[in-house]
Amino acid sequence: MSATEVNLDKSFAKTSGVKKTDQKIFAAIGYGSLTIMAVLCLLPFLLVVSSSLTSENKIITAGYQFIPTDFSAEAYSILFKYPAEMIQAYLVTIGVTIGGTLLGLFLTSMTSYALSRRDFKWRNGFSFFFFFTTLFSGGLVPWYLLIVNYLHMKDTVLALIVPLVLNVFYIIVMKSFLGGIPEAIVESAKIDGAGDFRIYAQLILPLSKPALATIGLFLALAYWNDWYNALLFVSDEKLMPLQYYLYKMLGNMDGMRKAMMGAGAVVTTALPTESLKMAMTVVATGPILLAYPFVQRYFVQGLTIGAVKG
Amino acid sequence: MRSGFWHDLRKYKMFLLMLTPAVIFYLLFAYIPMAGIIIAFKRYDYAGGIFGSAWNGWDNFRFFFDSGNAWQVTRNTALYNIAFIVVNNALQIFAAILLFEVGGKWFRKIVQSALFLPYFISWVVVGAIAYNLLNYDIGTVNALLRGLGLEPVDIYNTPAYWPFLLVLVSAWKGLGYGTVMYLAAITSIDTEMYEAAEIDGANIFQRILKVTIPNLYPTIIILVLLAVGNIFRGDFGMFYNMVGNNGVLFSSTDVIDTFVFRSLITSNDIGMSAAAGVFQSVLGFATIMAVNYAVRRYDKDRALF
Repeated sequence: MSATEVNLDKSFAKTSGVKKTDQKIFAAIGYGSLTIMAVLCLLPFLLVVSSSLTSENKIITAGYQFIPTDFSAEAYSILFKYPAEMIQAYLVTIGVTIGGTLLGLFLTSMTSYALSRRDFKWRNGFSFFFFFTTLFSGGLVPWYLLIVNYLHMKDTVLALIVPLVLNVFYIIVMKSFLGGIPEAIVESAKIDGAGDFRIYAQLILPLSKPALATIGLFLALAYWNDWYNALLFVSDEKLMPLQYYLYKMLGNMDGMRKAMMGAGAVVTTALPTESLKMAMTVVATGPILLAYPFVQRYFVQGLTIGAVKG
Repeated sequence: MRSGFWHDLRKYKMFLLMLTPAVIFYLLFAYIPMAGIIIAFKRYDYAGGIFGSAWNGWDNFRFFFDSGNAWQVTRNTALYNIAFIVVNNALQIFAAILLFEVGGKWFRKIVQSALFLPYFISWVVVGAIAYNLLNYDIGTVNALLRGLGLEPVDIYNTPAYWPFLLVLVSAWKGLGYGTVMYLAAITSIDTEMYEAAEIDGANIFQRILKVTIPNLYPTIIILVLLAVGNIFRGDFGMFYNMVGNNGVLFSSTDVIDTFVFRSLITSNDIGMSAAAGVFQSVLGFATIMAVNYAVRRYDKDRALF
């Protein structure tokens, strides 16, 4: 209702044809600033794509360009000719993203469900047990030593999945969503003799689809973009996720040359390293950009839940 | 009392089972590392581990403070976060108000999508883009400067540029996220207030200043205070990917988190990096408690605890 009223007001101003001066000035400022901000947000992406399609010579003589003046797809053709390492990194990332997201959704929803049940007397105590970890921590060092020296998770896929699988913020968001489901639903299921786990799995989960979609996408994004856990815990090349692989390649042209040679490329001439870096960046970011238009609204939804709940 | 506990335990059996994985997770990855803080008071050796190494009192802390790094990284962390809070929130509020007021469903949709896009890419990619723009030989900025016949700037060797750059990058990456949050808050403002302002003959600027912004105060205050509570936590991803191990820039770019990481991984100085981490945690905890006290006084319902 609120949005309609405001829109009505605007359309009145438009149809009446007499825009007041303040509205004209505001429209100029509004459209102008928003357009500038939107362009500034998009330009860097254009720079990457354009550079990946520009010949190496042009980049070296004239710098990275927003429009490819000397078009060349050489970087991509090299990348796709010897894609073994890139594919391996892709597989690691896809596996970790799918596995981590599913596990994270299961654990987050199950935990939140127990915490959301009002007849569970200890729920506040447990909520605080989780929440306190956001206020105080032992810092990086004990955590790192525990994972490496005691749990021996270095160079295992667990080191890429486990650190991101639970997040107190998601538990809070999920809990507040579940709090909005009428208690009568749970009560009637209990009368029908359903156990608490069955109520969670068969009743609550299907009702939570919107919240699960939102949290699932936040989890998936975190896994897809994760390079930090790989930086700390992965030195085995077979286990490098995409972003960390990209990080290594960007900072290490020799590594890139080796990667290409290892894949069977005979590097006689200089590799187009600059455009190759950009092509790798495009390939590593591509899936996110492709999914973006379809998933954006779920993220907006999630932020709005978070904003209301504080 | 005792029988009451055992009775409850049986009654809540299923809830407790459902909580078990998460409880183990946080015990293992949060509470045990908290106990691991004792490393900061030990001379760590690999044979002894966390519990077997010899105590060395406050030596690690003394080393951290005497090195001169403590003040530099703490100052950088706090100042960067203050700048981020001010600049980011101001821009986000500005963008949210404009997005709310301008017409055109498609225009708004496209702009919001554009502003939100940087949130979705990893810091690795941001670091790569920054390098394209800023590096001395082939960066776009320097190509433009040379094209105009001006002197190129050696950004990766000049610490003075970095406070501005990092504030800019943080604003760029966070603009969409915050704008969406503030837009949600603006949309929930009661329209009757806008109508009343209209009847009173307020123009659009007066309406924004007298209705929209005052109604955003609660949201602004809460978001800012929450951010202030995290003022001693540096965004490792940003600093590490923008600056990396480029020591030339550390005077203006090193934050507690990058310092701890380097001390641990690069120089393998476990005792000192643990001490720096403990220093950060304690400082952060005290700040959050103070902020929560402030929020409580402002609005009890909004307090964290």
